[in-house]
Amino acid sequence: MTTAGDKKPHSTLEAALTGPAFEKRIKRRNIKDKLVKWGISIGGIGVIFSVLLIMFFLLYVVIPLFVPASVEQHQRYDLPGGHAEKTLYYGVDEYKSSAMRMTESGKLIGFDLADGRIQLTEDLPLQGQSITSFTVVNELQNLVAFGLSEGGILFAKYGYQISYPNDQRVVSPEVTYPYGKDILQVSDSAIQSLAIKSLDEEVRVAYQTKGSKRVAIKSFSKTESMFNDSVSLEEDSSVDFESTMIPKWLMLDGSGRNLYVISKNGTADYYDLSDLEAPSLLQHVALVENSEHPTVIRFLLGDYSLMIGTDKGNVHQWFPVRDNDNIFSLQHIRSFKVSDSPIQSIAIEKGRKGFAVTDAAGEFKLYNSTAERHLATKQVSQGAAGLVVMAPRSNGALVETQDGELVQYDIDNDHPDVSFSSLWSKVWYEGYSEPTYTWQSSSASSDFEPKFSLMPLTFGTIKAAFYAMLFAVPIAILAAIFTAFFMDRQTRQWVKPTVEMIEALPTVILGFLAGLWLAPHMEENLPGFFALLIVIPVGVILFGFGWTRLPKSIRNSVPLGKRAILMIPVVILLGWFAMQMSSPMENAWFNGDMRHWLTFSAGIDFDQRNAMVIGFAMGFALIPTIFSVTEDAIYNVPTYLVNGSLALGASGWQTLIGVVIPTASPGIFSAVMLGFGRGVGETMIVLMASGNTPLMTMNLFEGMRTLAANLAIEMPEAAVASSHYRVLFLAGLVLFIFTFVFNTLAEVVRQRMRRKYGSL
Amino acid sequence: MKEWLNKGEHWIWLSASTVSISVVLVLSLLAMISYKGLAHFWPHPVYEFNIGSPNGDTTRILGELQETKNKVVVEASGLKTLIPQYLIKMGNRDVFGIDFKWVSSENVQGKMDTLAKDPVVIERYEYGNVYGHFSSFTLNGKTTNDPTQIRSELQVQVAKGKALHSAITSIEKFDMGAVNKHIEDLRFEEKKLRIKGAFTPEDESRLKAERAEFQKTFIAYQAEVKVLYDQKETLGEVAVAISNGQVLRVPVEKVVQFWQPNNMNYVEKLGFFFSSIGHFISEDPREANTEGGIFPAMIGTIVMVLLMTVFVTPMGVVAAIYMREYAKDGLILRLVRISINNLAGVPSIVFGIFGLGFFVYIIGGSIDELFYGYALPSPTFGTPGLLWASLTMALLTLPVVIVSTEEGLSRIPMSLREGGLALGATKSETIWKIVLPMATPAIMTGLILAIARAAGEVAPLMLVGVVKLAPELPIDSVAPFIHLDNKFMHLGFHIYDVGFQSPNVEAAQPLVYATSLLLVIIIVSLNLGAITIRNRLREKYKALEN
Repeated sequence: MTTAGDKKPHSTLEAALTGPAFEKRIKRRNIKDKLVKWGISIGGIGVIFSVLLIMFFLLYVVIPLFVPASVEQHQRYDLPGGHAEKTLYYGVDEYKSSAMRMTESGKLIGFDLADGRIQLTEDLPLQGQSITSFTVVNELQNLVAFGLSEGGILFAKYGYQISYPNDQRVVSPEVTYPYGKDILQVSDSAIQSLAIKSLDEEVRVAYQTKGSKRVAIKSFSKTESMFNDSVSLEEDSSVDFESTMIPKWLMLDGSGRNLYVISKNGTADYYDLSDLEAPSLLQHVALVENSEHPTVIRFLLGDYSLMIGTDKGNVHQWFPVRDNDNIFSLQHIRSFKVSDSPIQSIAIEKGRKGFAVTDAAGEFKLYNSTAERHLATKQVSQGAAGLVVMAPRSNGALVETQDGELVQYDIDNDHPDVSFSSLWSKVWYEGYSEPTYTWQSSSASSDFEPKFSLMPLTFGTIKAAFYAMLFAVPIAILAAIFTAFFMDRQTRQWVKPTVEMIEALPTVILGFLAGLWLAPHMEENLPGFFALLIVIPVGVILFGFGWTRLPKSIRNSVPLGKRAILMIPVVILLGWFAMQMSSPMENAWFNGDMRHWLTFSAGIDFDQRNAMVIGFAMGFALIPTIFSVTEDAIYNVPTYLVNGSLALGASGWQTLIGVVIPTASPGIFSAVMLGFGRGVGETMIVLMASGNTPLMTMNLFEGMRTLAANLAIEMPEAAVASSHYRVLFLAGLVLFIFTFVFNTLAEVVRQRMRRKYGSL
Repeated sequence: MKEWLNKGEHWIWLSASTVSISVVLVLSLLAMISYKGLAHFWPHPVYEFNIGSPNGDTTRILGELQETKNKVVVEASGLKTLIPQYLIKMGNRDVFGIDFKWVSSENVQGKMDTLAKDPVVIERYEYGNVYGHFSSFTLNGKTTNDPTQIRSELQVQVAKGKALHSAITSIEKFDMGAVNKHIEDLRFEEKKLRIKGAFTPEDESRLKAERAEFQKTFIAYQAEVKVLYDQKETLGEVAVAISNGQVLRVPVEKVVQFWQPNNMNYVEKLGFFFSSIGHFISEDPREANTEGGIFPAMIGTIVMVLLMTVFVTPMGVVAAIYMREYAKDGLILRLVRISINNLAGVPSIVFGIFGLGFFVYIIGGSIDELFYGYALPSPTFGTPGLLWASLTMALLTLPVVIVSTEEGLSRIPMSLREGGLALGATKSETIWKIVLPMATPAIMTGLILAIARAAGEVAPLMLVGVVKLAPELPIDSVAPFIHLDNKFMHLGFHIYDVGFQSPNVEAAQPLVYATSLLLVIIIVSLNLGAITIRNRLREKYKALEN
């Protein structure tokens, strides 16, 4: 019994530590351990990757912006209707399934784009006249007009009908006559050049008859029929004048108020038609160089910019620009060197400021004017390429070749309007008097030129951060110096968390206070806020000096370590005093109202929500970041360095400047970097207190729009995968890189400093 | 003095004063928010005064004094006078068109601080407050004219009205809402079957029967509500003589509460103060968020933050354990650590656009296509909502949790781990049973800091799910109780929206201060909690480290 009793624990232990059950358990535990190891490793790496994913995702969204357009040949067949006749115009439907060709002799040939099968042939009701000139009245509506041999004008409009027999979409082209099938007789002789614009209530026609220097302008009012949709035209006014040359092209812009008369060697007369009775010649200018001759002239989308293709293979862009005296003149904006052979044809994109060009060497090229971007080149044929047109959605093009073929291209070109230069350089936008940095991402009109310059936003971001740092850095660093070096433990214990509490305050609250409380108060007491900057430092120094003159018993009652507490009432008093100075100062120097004085006497623009408000409010938010890191750096300077310096007779401040600050300077540097990084990315304060106007001025009294605030404003409205959306992501990426660089810099410096202290 | 300056003494004074400036700024900011936030709940006295106009007419005004400003007028002689301008909250928006009026003291005839006698303030569900004097009270055709009696009768009726109001809300919101949800589900079920091509006549009749059943319940509820509404209408009507002499008739059903501030004693005022705070926290906003409470914003914030915690805890802890316990120390790990540290400094709006682009449009869009095809084109998860907001916030706060947990893990002495291993425990057992329990305070600290950050962050939320007015709470009594695809309200966004987008900024400002105060209290106490835990933790392991 006893032996058994003695043996039993031993044998149970033995049994527990050997045998199949034990082995199994060990195995199970080891498997579990392995599983956990793998689980945690995979999970951990997964989390780390998902964190890094952010950067790659931003890149993934941004990259398509910079991918060139792809142009693929889709079909190639003989020109429907034969190539004996010159084509004047192609109308293409939205689905790229059918098209209509209009020829010189007035034939209308509708065909299937897939195979060139002719669906419809019709003749224009020319009533015996022949076509002598042609103009596109409205590119978006496919409204065109023909000038005729006996002085008539015929309007025609390309359109299409969609039907769904057997659930299949069938598009059939058609031609309608919006102003009736009757010919509008304006003259007796053949119309050689013609320009027409259809405005809200009138149709404005400019024409020149064969061989004449005279240009006639007629305005027809539109009258809608009471019975059906038809519109009839009735002559309102008519005027003609002698031009300085025989015109080859007449170009009437979208407003109908600017007429450009252009000769065959490229000189242009710019007429102002604001007063229809008396057109005035504003400018006589050569659009091309001496040796150059224009071959094609088209308006860019919006009928504002002239695109002049030349025999030297250049495309020049000109548009009217207003100077300081409010006088318009045509200005050369930019040129595109397309090729060395003459330009054959220019097609414009409907919906963006892009254009396609064909040249005599048989090349087809795609450009965007705003972004000055060459997007694609395609060899169409060995011989010269002819007329080119873009599909309505800019996703395809039709090109004629010299040897009578029609080539259809599929184009994938989602973001032509963004390029490095349009993002970061000055761009001369339509209607602007000079090249500018402008951010204006959207507008109600369809022929809008998006302005995606990140410069004003980046500038605003740096401006906001700069003014905030101007306020935060001196306060935070000086405060950190005092807290770390002079303050006693007891006070430090509550001062440090108090200052660091700012970091925890939601910035939306700071922004709200800055926008709704600080901004109006600052506007009212502007001189007071400036007085603060002088009164407080001077007052503090005077108080300090006065303190040394006090009897010793009083002086010793407040030790150095508690001086910050002593200063609290002093600072409050000085602040109150500065604010009281506000209106006397206003009366003495600024005629009673500094704001008024700034605007009218000093010529400085003033917004209520301005950089000064941001400086105070965001500066306040940055104090804890800078304070905390600086304080740590100074506090960690080894005491024997300090003691050595003090023992050698240096004063407290001398020790600080000579020994402590140099040792801690990398830490202070990284604190400033961190603060700047935070200032750059701060969103809510800027959003609520800066006015959000994308300006490019360092003016303290004007607002700004920062990258971050811009994201908050525009991101919810941006259509997914649009250029706007991707440019916003690019702005996010810029912010990301900005802060990442600053933070890494700070981190590296801090780690190096830690190593250095280790050696000390 | 020169020697004094040479020694750099003035710099010491300046640096001391910068500390004071920082402290003064923080404390005065907190004091201002507290004062302005709390003043909103205090029953302000109602003043009465006459305002003259140039043509000799005088207007009587009754209202609360909201703000005083001084206008400086410089006369030709250079003499300068300050003329106080008063902002008066005079209410009665339905009569006057505006709630607030600036009055110049020049025009005030007699004294400015005359307390009106027995004025009554009635808070209504629409058109804001009424300021005036009791004129009469009509109930069931019986009219009372005695102010004391009006007061007591009105009190009873308003209490009844309140009960009815909450009964109606509960039926409309919860019961009828649930029925609506069921009917909507049936519609989706039909659509789903149709897409599959498996819609049989049996299904049709079954669905029809179910729908009819629900509709019947719905009609029953409607009838029930109708009865309550009818009861509400018979609660009577109080007539109030307002300042321009007009008698304004206010049906009791429109009254939220009423009080007579000038007749209250200190204790009553204090009671009113606390009950107003209670209303503020527990009620829905009214009148485009410029009146009423912030209950849905508070619930939205809490639910979002809790959901975020559910996501961020495992992610952060697993990543930290991997980095500290499993990964090999080296250059890569150092780089990863720097990256994660830096991520804490990446602007929050960048996380917002990531959330919108990745979670909402890519992940959410795919989920919709895979599982909610029947509801397209109206998106279910392919639109900003609670789930994406909390995931985005989880990513935003991940660095905080990782760094804090890692720090906690690094503080645990190696000897403890070695002890565990020496006793035969596997590595995972050591981590699970010894290391993690000791690190919990550190993890808690990280989580609390993460929660504090998430509760105060607004910018990313504006992109991924916050709205100014959500029709439904993200949690309710209808299965699955928490609606991940719902949009929600948030305290921080509420401040931005009411303060900057509201049509009636003056009326809204006190409310914004009150909301700010609440948010500050929540966040500061979370932070203080984190600091306390951290300090306690440090004390606890100090002994172990030595």
